[in-house]
Amino acid sequence: MAVTPEPYDTIECDVLVVGAGGAGMRAAIAAAEGGCSVTVVTKSLLGKAHTVMAEGGIAAGMGNLDPEDSWEVHFADTMLGGQLINNWRMVELYAHEVIDRVLELERWGGIFDRTDDGLIMQRAFGAHSWRRLAHVGDRTGLELIRTCQDKMVHTEGVDVCMEYTLTTLLKSGDRVCGAFGYNRNTGRFVAFKAGAVVLASGGWGRMFRYTSNSWECAGDGATMAYQAGADLLDMEFMQFHPTGMIWPPGARGILVTEAVRGEGGLLFNAEGTRFMLDYDPVKKELSSRDVVARSIYKEVQAGRGTPHGGAYLDVRHLGADYVKRKLPSMYEQFHALASVDITSQPMEVGPTIHYTMGGIRVEPETAATTVPGLYAAGEAAGGLHGANRLGGNSLGDILVFGRRAGVAAAEFAKAAGASRAIDDAQIAAEQADLLRPLGGEGNGAAPSENPYKLHEDLQLAMQDDAGIGRSEESLKRALVTVLTLRERSAHIRVSGGRALNPGWHTCREITNMLVISEAIIRGAIERRESRGSQWRFDHLDQEVEFGKINFVTRRGDDGMRVESVPLEPLPDRLRPLLERSRFYDPAKLPKGYLTESAPAAGTTGKTN
Amino acid sequence: MSVLDQPAASVHAPAEDVLTASGLTGEMLTLRVLKGVPGGEAAEVAYQVPVVTGMVVLDAVHYVQHNLDTDLACRWNCKAAKCGSCSAEVNGHPVLLCKTRVDDLPAGPVTVRPLKSFPLIKDLVTDVSRNYEVNREIPPFTAAPDDGTPWRIPQQDIDRLYEFRKCIECFLCQDVCHILRSHDYADRFYGPRFFVRVASLEMHPKDVLDRREQTREQGGLGYCNITKCCTEVCPEHIHITDNAIIPLKERVADVHWDPVRFVGRKLFGRSGD
Ligand SMILES: Cc1cc2nc3c(=O)[nH]c(=O)nc-3n(C[C@H](O)[C@H](O)[C@H](O)COP(=O)(O)OP(=O)(O)OC[C@H]3O[C@@H](n4cnc5c(N)ncnc54)[C@H](O)[C@@H]3O)c2cc1C
Ligand code: SF4
Ligand code: SF4
Ligand code: FES
Repeated sequence: MAVTPEPYDTIECDVLVVGAGGAGMRAAIAAAEGGCSVTVVTKSLLGKAHTVMAEGGIAAGMGNLDPEDSWEVHFADTMLGGQLINNWRMVELYAHEVIDRVLELERWGGIFDRTDDGLIMQRAFGAHSWRRLAHVGDRTGLELIRTCQDKMVHTEGVDVCMEYTLTTLLKSGDRVCGAFGYNRNTGRFVAFKAGAVVLASGGWGRMFRYTSNSWECAGDGATMAYQAGADLLDMEFMQFHPTGMIWPPGARGILVTEAVRGEGGLLFNAEGTRFMLDYDPVKKELSSRDVVARSIYKEVQAGRGTPHGGAYLDVRHLGADYVKRKLPSMYEQFHALASVDITSQPMEVGPTIHYTMGGIRVEPETAATTVPGLYAAGEAAGGLHGANRLGGNSLGDILVFGRRAGVAAAEFAKAAGASRAIDDAQIAAEQADLLRPLGGEGNGAAPSENPYKLHEDLQLAMQDDAGIGRSEESLKRALVTVLTLRERSAHIRVSGGRALNPGWHTCREITNMLVISEAIIRGAIERRESRGSQWRFDHLDQEVEFGKINFVTRRGDDGMRVESVPLEPLPDRLRPLLERSRFYDPAKLPKGYLTESAPAAGTTGKTN
Repeated sequence: MSVLDQPAASVHAPAEDVLTASGLTGEMLTLRVLKGVPGGEAAEVAYQVPVVTGMVVLDAVHYVQHNLDTDLACRWNCKAAKCGSCSAEVNGHPVLLCKTRVDDLPAGPVTVRPLKSFPLIKDLVTDVSRNYEVNREIPPFTAAPDDGTPWRIPQQDIDRLYEFRKCIECFLCQDVCHILRSHDYADRFYGPRFFVRVASLEMHPKDVLDRREQTREQGGLGYCNITKCCTEVCPEHIHITDNAIIPLKERVADVHWDPVRFVGRKLFGRSGD
């Protein structure tokens, strides 16, 4: 029997962009310039996406201060930082093109701090060989988002739907032909019919208790892609940023930018020892994030933590004027939230969940996913950063691959023609699912569940059992919790109506977070080694075999499947570039790397 | 020695043991929130919220949402005073909820209400779409044709622009400006946030448009009588009146007469450029 959906609005466009962070806006501009009508959908107001919070800068091998720098060195640093399981082709495109994207931002009116010669200033950042991050004070994300926003709203052919949530992708056969969701303020349903869809929906930190992420980061886009049959890649890799605020409790998790260390900030334990000298004598405080985060964690475990369980980050030696000029929002943040004057007192910091390296699996050139008509870019996509992202590589990522996704989606939409038929049965089923939590008193025996309580339980389980350090035992415990929460989630009930009801909005975010959490845990269980952000207490070593694969998560008939796929090795033409990194050390290369020779062209062609 | 070579202190270390204390003070806070929908009766609802050391008003609102009233609407994103989403009036003052510490407020109940000048959507959330329309009316950054060479810009030019570029579009300044509050002018007056925007374009060394006529005509710059209410509420401490509006008035006055320009010059000693 055919089910008739409740009436819904329909909006039609050539390219639908999910997300108005840097990746989404850059994609929209590119698609509109490619001659398409574009609709951008965002859960919050324009200009408020997670990108706005980025602080430190955009990594680009321009060499304005250090002439030794180049895209090649940037390539090498990014590959080494990612422990060589990055998609090397993405890294190559990225390191090349990010320079143009930064200059383009400047031509669109974005401002950057300057060198003495008046060129774009670049700052040092962890595990980057040279001073590389183009920045403006410590608010580069705000600058990026405002610049793209102004460019986009003045670009012909782009419409923006603010405060809409998309919940599912619509498919016509095996092709994606739009998305469905609701207007958050009215609760009214809406279907977007499109020739192609770009997911630029950002990352997912909110299933962890302490995170620098905004509420939006629930993994909606990745879940929609997964449900539509797309592959997810290397989901186990979640970045802990070493320096989040740890006190007061409400501020816990809020980011303290790496620019603090980039500008010369030092880390001390409670005994006054500069412990990074022991953990990484070469890069010290500016070691990669995985290493610094683990070092702080270890200091705390060893009983050398600060009163609130972290480390001291100190900038007093830099001088008050310099601190206020180069790190103004850090000064303000500690002053307002913690009553700490960072020019005269040290900051207390500890690791916070920050970034998702894993994500939707894409084709490097086009950002196409494994489902026709569906593209993904920015933090939502995987592959560029491997096992650990270097700071500053995300703002560049969103510009480079946001643009590529927009260009490719526009071409696909134009070629796909006008058939954008949508299936009312799919819509009716989605409506029923969305409305269930509003349906009164649960179903029978099970007590009704509060979505926020479920969220808190999930956060505790992920933080404790799938967090910075993991073991098979803890991961299995986390998996049991997630599966139990999934059962409980069927009984979520909320009061109120459909108009701007945050409790109701949270319901779908919880089920999305449960899907993504399961993927993180399953990937982490399979990866029986420590590499980059994955720290396995029961497998402390890096293993040769895991350096030759990526893990792909996809939806199977009987639930979630995780498979390993062979990684295409670095081709001979790019191998020598690795030595250009200042941090290249044959003794520290991922295990087995030097003993493997590059394969003859074409032998492993189609993976990744 | 690399960190990975060292054995972990314990296989499973719950974050709670090593990393947190709850920060509960044992005190309770009465949070009074104006709940309502357009056209309906708005009612102030009082909630009891446990006080946590250093908590901000947004923490208290979240406590209510999670534990007492899941339907209470409030906008927020970053919870770090960086996105400008959580604007509301606390004890009558327009502020960012995520930057307003409960221990900085006078003892007693704390009242939270939506911004007054914007149409209500629900509870603490208002319709700020008019601001986005105004932004579209302002011609975008326009540079001279690209000659292919990298731009060289002195840092001092960037420093001057930086103040304007810090704007997080919280629209608190738009909320308090009396010109915008008197609805007769609302569609003829950009408002302080957008004078900041125009100033950032007008003073950009590479922007080539002359924005003076537009700012006077469509923007209604002349209506501003520099009361400075906008500057007082700006969470980014942008000197909206002194550094954006008055210099713009100066520039506009080079082509048109404006009574306030004279005062501006006397008080602040600004020149046109
Ligand atoms: C505090 C902080 C500091 C950082 N500093 C830096 C830095 O210095 N350098 C650097 O390179 N990186 C930095 N990062 C990382 C970087 O900011 C992000 O990775 C990047 O901005 C992600 O951009 P994005 O466009 O992919 O997604 P986002 O900016 O997260 O945007 C996602 C968009 O998708 C929308 N969306 C999501 N789900 C839905 C849905 N269901 N329906 C409709 N819309 C939806 C959201 O509303 C939003 O508009 C930082 C991150 C944080 C948190
Ligand atoms: S100074 Fe001008 S813009 Fe600011 S509040 Fe007063 S009248 Fe409005
Ligand atoms: S100028 Fe200040 S008060 Fe006005 S919108 Fe910007 S940040 Fe808010
Ligand atoms: S939530 Fe972003 S400014 Fe308050």
